[in-house]
Amino acid sequence: MGDDALIHSYRLSEWCSNAPILEEDLALTNFSLDMIGRAQALLTYAGQIDGKGKTDDDLAYRRGERQFYNHLIVELPNGDFAHTIARLLFTSVFEYYFFAELLHSADITLAAIAAKTIKEVKYHMTHATDWALRLGDGTEESHYRMQKAVNSLWMFTGELFETDEATAVLEDKNIAVDMAVVKTKWKQEIERVMKESLLEVPEDEYMQTGSSNGIHTEHLGHILSEMQYLQRAYPEATW
Amino acid sequence: MATDSQLAMWEVFIQSKPGANYIHAGCVHASDKKMALQNARDTYTRRGEGTSIWVVPTDAIVASNPEDNDMFFDPANDKVYRLPTFYVMPEGAKAI
Repeated sequence: MGDDALIHSYRLSEWCSNAPILEEDLALTNFSLDMIGRAQALLTYAGQIDGKGKTDDDLAYRRGERQFYNHLIVELPNGDFAHTIARLLFTSVFEYYFFAELLHSADITLAAIAAKTIKEVKYHMTHATDWALRLGDGTEESHYRMQKAVNSLWMFTGELFETDEATAVLEDKNIAVDMAVVKTKWKQEIERVMKESLLEVPEDEYMQTGSSNGIHTEHLGHILSEMQYLQRAYPEATW
Repeated sequence: MATDSQLAMWEVFIQSKPGANYIHAGCVHASDKKMALQNARDTYTRRGEGTSIWVVPTDAIVASNPEDNDMFFDPANDKVYRLPTFYVMPEGAKAI
């Protein structure tokens, strides 16, 4: 989840100076900053649990592509505005229900991060939902673009709910959340928004997978080469 | 003036703390009420400036005409007796 926040933040920051209007430029980059804060909290905690003295910066700037575990959906290029909104809708609804469950985690640090995050994510979800409505139920062109974005991103949504042995162990200890619950709520909400936006929910066919094993699309490497450039070229560089 | 193609204009008023007056912060573009409120939030309250926001369509504001300034405002300039400056302040009273 920390990697999701970090990489999605990077993608949203690419909208800086490129959004359709100034206000939306501020909104998207503002979300990007929310996500940086979340990445910082989660990666700092991951470093502490790991116990090898790694900081959030070590984890962000000194891991290779195969050591990143963000979902593939967040590393995909922004595409057009509809594509960015469809992605934000899918991920923010997922995050909203995920962090709502994580509020009850037996791990008090995770529960505290969830309490802070859920307020931000709720806003991201509201913003994305409103735009989905405007674009889906907008002009012929906006509807077409929104439906196209939903269709092309759909195969990346299955991965959000994947579990493995590690998450099963954590779930038994009430640390991790029950993904089946998150998935049911996600699906319900997405179907509601799609219906209201006059968009069709694609069929669940082939779903992309791989990120839980560090297998990524070709896009993550390009993000990291730019994001990590400074620390790679000038290790220990400080402001 | 160039035509503004970026949606309708809304005026934004921010309340800094509960009970305080709403103060004009600036304006945003938006196509509807909800978008106006969200854009105002994203544009003007990112650094903890507010606890409440009003947005008003700019064309709903009725403004005085600068040409009427003589009639509207000048007569107030020479009425010093309207200012409560001729009272002796009671000792110790601060919040007057």
